[in-house]
Amino acid sequence: MIDTPSNSNDFSLSHTIETLKHYLPSQTPLKDFVHHNSLHAFQDKDFFSGIFTARDTFGYHVTLSIQEYRNLYNNNRISKAVLENIIEQKKGVAHVNEWYKKVTQQELIVKNKSSIGTLRKKWKEIYSIDLDNKVQPTLFRVICAYLDQGVAITQFPHLTEGFLASVKALEKNSLTSFFTSKRAKLLLENENTSIQDLLGILVGNESYYFHYLFDQQFSHRGWSGMVATLENSQDSLLDKRIVSLSDFIHFELLLEIDALDQKFGSSWKALENHLPDINNINIFKPYDIEESDEILMIWQEAFEWSYYDNVLAGLSNAYQKTQTDKTNKSFQAIFCIDERECSLRRHLESTDTQCATFGAPGFFGVAFYFQPENGKFYEKLCPAPVTPSILVCETNNNEPKKHSFLYHKISHTFLGGALFNVTAGIYSVFELIKNLVQPKMTPAISNAFLHVGANSSLTIQHTGQFDDANHLQIGFSIEEMVQCVKSQLLNMGLVKEFSPLVYVVAHGSSSANNPHHGAHDCGACSGRPGSVNARVFAFMANHLVVREKLKDQGIEIPANTQFVGALHDTAADQIAFFDETIISASNKVLHHQNVEAFETALDLNAKERSRRFASINTKLPIKEIRNKIKLRSVSLFEPRPELGHGSNALCIIGRRALSKQVFLDRRAFLNSYDYTIDPDGSILKNVIAPIGPVCGGINLEYYFSRIDNLKLGAGTKLPHNVMGLIGVANSSDGDLRPGLPLQMIEVHDPIRLLVIVEQDPIIVNNVLEQNPAIKDWYIKNWIHLMVMNPHDNQLYRYNRGQFEPYTIINNNISSTQNIQSIIENAPEMRSFTIEDATKENLPVYHLN
Amino acid sequence: MEHLLIYFLLFPVLGYVISLSVNAKLEKSIASIAIVTSSLQLLGTILFGGYWYFKVKETLNIKQVTLLKTPDFDFYINFIFDINTFIFLFVGSLLTLLVSIFSKFYIHREEGFKRYFNNVQLFFIGYCIVMIAGNFETLFLGWELIGITSFLLISFYNNRYLPVKNAMKVVSLYRLGDVFLILSMWLSHHLWHGNISFYDASTNINQTVSLIKAHPYLSFSIAICIIIGASIKSAMFPFSSWVARAMEGPSSSSAIFYGSLSIHLGVFLLLRTYDFWSQVPYANYIIIILGIITSFICGAITKSQATVKTQIAYASITQIGLIFIEIGLGFKTLALLHFVGNSFFRTYQILVSPSVMHYLIHNQLFAAVKTNKKRPNIISNTIQMLSIKEFNMDTTLFKYLWQPFKIIGSKLSFLNNKWFYRSNILLLILGTYLDINTFNSHELLLETFVYVFASIALILLLLSFNERLSSKQAWVNVFLGHLFIMMSVSLNSHIQLKYLLLYLISISVFGFLGLLAITLLEKNTSKTSLDQYHGNGKNHPKLSLLFLIACMGLIGFPISPLYIGIDLLLTYIEKHQFYIMGLVALSLIFIEISLLRIYTRLFCGIPVTTSEPTAFKSS
Repeated sequence: MIDTPSNSNDFSLSHTIETLKHYLPSQTPLKDFVHHNSLHAFQDKDFFSGIFTARDTFGYHVTLSIQEYRNLYNNNRISKAVLENIIEQKKGVAHVNEWYKKVTQQELIVKNKSSIGTLRKKWKEIYSIDLDNKVQPTLFRVICAYLDQGVAITQFPHLTEGFLASVKALEKNSLTSFFTSKRAKLLLENENTSIQDLLGILVGNESYYFHYLFDQQFSHRGWSGMVATLENSQDSLLDKRIVSLSDFIHFELLLEIDALDQKFGSSWKALENHLPDINNINIFKPYDIEESDEILMIWQEAFEWSYYDNVLAGLSNAYQKTQTDKTNKSFQAIFCIDERECSLRRHLESTDTQCATFGAPGFFGVAFYFQPENGKFYEKLCPAPVTPSILVCETNNNEPKKHSFLYHKISHTFLGGALFNVTAGIYSVFELIKNLVQPKMTPAISNAFLHVGANSSLTIQHTGQFDDANHLQIGFSIEEMVQCVKSQLLNMGLVKEFSPLVYVVAHGSSSANNPHHGAHDCGACSGRPGSVNARVFAFMANHLVVREKLKDQGIEIPANTQFVGALHDTAADQIAFFDETIISASNKVLHHQNVEAFETALDLNAKERSRRFASINTKLPIKEIRNKIKLRSVSLFEPRPELGHGSNALCIIGRRALSKQVFLDRRAFLNSYDYTIDPDGSILKNVIAPIGPVCGGINLEYYFSRIDNLKLGAGTKLPHNVMGLIGVANSSDGDLRPGLPLQMIEVHDPIRLLVIVEQDPIIVNNVLEQNPAIKDWYIKNWIHLMVMNPHDNQLYRYNRGQFEPYTIINNNISSTQNIQSIIENAPEMRSFTIEDATKENLPVYHLN
Repeated sequence: MEHLLIYFLLFPVLGYVISLSVNAKLEKSIASIAIVTSSLQLLGTILFGGYWYFKVKETLNIKQVTLLKTPDFDFYINFIFDINTFIFLFVGSLLTLLVSIFSKFYIHREEGFKRYFNNVQLFFIGYCIVMIAGNFETLFLGWELIGITSFLLISFYNNRYLPVKNAMKVVSLYRLGDVFLILSMWLSHHLWHGNISFYDASTNINQTVSLIKAHPYLSFSIAICIIIGASIKSAMFPFSSWVARAMEGPSSSSAIFYGSLSIHLGVFLLLRTYDFWSQVPYANYIIIILGIITSFICGAITKSQATVKTQIAYASITQIGLIFIEIGLGFKTLALLHFVGNSFFRTYQILVSPSVMHYLIHNQLFAAVKTNKKRPNIISNTIQMLSIKEFNMDTTLFKYLWQPFKIIGSKLSFLNNKWFYRSNILLLILGTYLDINTFNSHELLLETFVYVFASIALILLLLSFNERLSSKQAWVNVFLGHLFIMMSVSLNSHIQLKYLLLYLISISVFGFLGLLAITLLEKNTSKTSLDQYHGNGKNHPKLSLLFLIACMGLIGFPISPLYIGIDLLLTYIEKHQFYIMGLVALSLIFIEISLLRIYTRLFCGIPVTTSEPTAFKSS
């Protein structure tokens, strides 16, 4: 965490820039979409004090409004018993009535106290000049042209030395200027000009600099955040750029001076001359909790626990009845923990009751860079914070790469465009009609199955080769393979009773016309499909030498067991299996049966998903629904090819038996973990470590994008314009829009993630105590944690650093034998206000 | 056969009226109405046009209905059908149909689903009117509809800052173009001594030619007005920057408006009036030169644009520059073909613009990074910098077009006191007296008063345009401005009382409605000043609609009789009275701009008083 200066009289530029970087959005270019907590900068505080500080500083909305909570309460979406329970916990039994009145009736006055922008606003108040209007159009255009990854036909000149150097070189060698007045140009050319000098001209008094720069950079947090992110991770761009936040600020200050000079000549003065008092200059005020915030806290928790309690009741009912079943499994399938696979697993288990499914983070424990055949760059295929040392290359990819000539850049030129117009231009209308009438896959659509050639070879095993330039080892050594397979199998608790076929099912997502397609791919693979990881893992687990060594270490995989990689397209609900040629003759028969089971399960999955899509009637014949789902993913006109992680709320770490009998409506990340083989919690440590950054990151990004889609989300995607291939903005002149677009978050209930671990609370507590980074997420309440103790079948809640027994409040769970009819008759939202939207999210059902 | 032409309006109007009455929640019905309407229109165009093309091929022309007739003014609706109508109508109906189907899914669950479809349909009506319009008066009807629907669709996301600001920018420029069209209407009225239809002007080509010979300056002025009007609509240099600013609505509406249909209206206007201006010396050179300059400059801008939609916008303008050249050279068929290709292609490109991200990044994976082959030199750097800044068109237009009026307005602000308004009222009374007793009055005195009244009208409007505090004041100024224009023109030449009454009643009714809306708004909120956008429409949608209707009325939008009134008024200005016409034309520009400025400041932009999340100003 970064301290904010209590008294900023001593201005330090480097400290200010570091602090700015800390608070600015940290979304990378959209090609690698990695979910993260939108308010990560406040994570050093407790959840509520963190988000309320963010609100009072930057003016974000961080909870629903009081009226929305009360409407949810009146609609019975928030339960009265839970609300009273929360009040009792927070305020004591004696004050329940008093506080019940407050939360349900008291008038709350919402005041915008945000301190950002208050200083720089003086320009408008004193000089009637809107600096943003004057500066931002040029600023955005220049930075966008500089960072551009390939939209423009002519590149920005003088790229190599960095942003400011590049602008300087341009200014020096041209007949025109980005500035209209002399002084700014001279200041730019002068090598000795520092940011402090420029601030001196504009602001004057050092004690205002910190605030001024915050005001300035947060007036366009999108671009500033992108610049700050790219400064730290230059690998995020294929076409590298040297850029720094200080260069960017330098240029912006010059533009401001220029705008003022142009309008007022020399008759304007630095801001300090207009500011009589030096008080109140710190934009980060210490947060003191107020009664109105306490009311909002109570409501938010009541909203969360109304759902959690329902889930916990369902889980604990089912848990009592769990019997370990020892029958031989027809096949086993390992899926990503992604909550979108939760329903597919349920359908697979109901189609073939003898199969078993597992969940693990979708890179399957194998971290590496991937180089597609003929690829000039490497793609990282592991969680974003991991830096792999291995490179896997693709060879023998025989599928020809397809192009779409309608995207050819010649169409933008003068005469080429004219020729193009009267030929291809007229043809394009047929292309459009085709896509409206019968959408199909084209090269312009992001196709999850093209991530790796279906029959291409991979250099998985290390043969002594290295990629020296990047210090990478090509392929994994035998020892590394053994380690990867072993730890992955242990984490999932899949160490015995292997069936003849074990599927390793990665996931990806195909979608058309969707700059945010990366957000639908696998988060554990840095926003890409996990197909290569699945193939790599299957290869390792099939490797005879690896198996020999595993046997020595106590994991015996029978000789007839084969691992098969696969990819599930979560948007199109299609599946492809890789390397099927290795399947033995005896397994082939089984494989065909299993493929049937997968297909049936995908049909059912498509049907379950279709209930949320207005364009599909859930009561249609199932094959028709499946086909329509597939068409959605290739339809240019469909802004919701799938709903991504929308509605995620839970993460269950435990055996499948814990959740198998419960309908969780695709809202749970399911991570397999077997407490019986982990008496000391050493496996749990590995399993729970990524949950915070990955699942917590996803959950909190959805939370904030749902609550304040305009400031923390990307807004509706319909007017989005792709800027330089790195991000999106509204229209031509807008700021970049980090966060999630409206179309992804409508179905989401803004509640924090609840992690439920099947383990002894004492062991879980030990793991947390030994790993402060993990504990941090839970102790500060950015994620809720519960434990299902298998020894006494009791639930324990992690509260203020210890586990307390939890008593179910509303223990009435509906049972159903026919989940299909519940899906068919589920309500559809009338609008995307939270009151309407939440009606789509179904309660927990016990599956008989 | 020409009697069937009216049906090209009937379908769209019917569809629009029906869809207005549909509940906003019934998305499927609303979309279906739009789809059915445009399908029928497309089918009608193909059947009618096909038959016409193979069997008739002669230009069809029909004088449909006379709306107003005075001794020297005949306001009538006239329809025409020729190859231009056929092709433009075909492309327009087809694209409207495709975009309606696209939008049915694309706009799903968007706030304003119905508003979107209503606007697209209203736009389509305007487009069809322009296509089959047989005279300037009819064409102008559609032209205004297109202007206002453009404004509404650019500001579709009316609770953000940039869409509203850019909508104002674009509509101001459009209005300038409108006024040039009004001027050409006025001038041609004097050239032909009456209203003339396009058909008559082309069929009696000998008469047209001899008129042009007899009045070279007058005809040249008409041609120039037409060319400027067309250039603004088709974004020729130096007006090109508005297209990129207009890309604020959903991609689908940007595609149909600024990718294809709206932006080619200038081309259409040139084709429609081809037989006239092609006889005017030098007019074709001007068009060719405009086309060349635009193609080169916008071609350069296209190459340096790093955002997908602006790149498409400038690529499209570059092609329209070429189309202008083709028209100037007389290659009308080629121009039509080029129009068809450009419309289809740019619509497609904007609709698939989000795909570019994936497609280009994916390609880049397999292609080494391109480096500049040529060393940048001083010339290429200069072009690059100018192109990134879009040749400063946006700021230059503001500086030379609108800034002077802002400065004049603020210099005049000393007039903003009760004495000025009291003397205005006295003047109005005096004017009425003079008007009644025109024949007894002294010529020179009368003419002086004509100028005084026209000037005061403009002053009032500039005061309104510059008003920063009271929205009521600004509103009243526009109303008074109208009165003074009316007074000025009626002193100029005696107008029948019933027409004056028509004008007076129209402005009074809409003036009252607007005042009512402001008063009601003031009761609910203190945020009614004009120095910033208040976004009151969020909390007061009904008042917002009421006020918008009042604005439309005072602007002279075809919902109010004022529309005819304004046209009528203009015919009373003699052809030598350029100054009066100039004053009135400027007034007409600032009536619309001031009114929409009040509307946007009060009801659009980021809501100031709301507990709901609001957007950043820069987003």
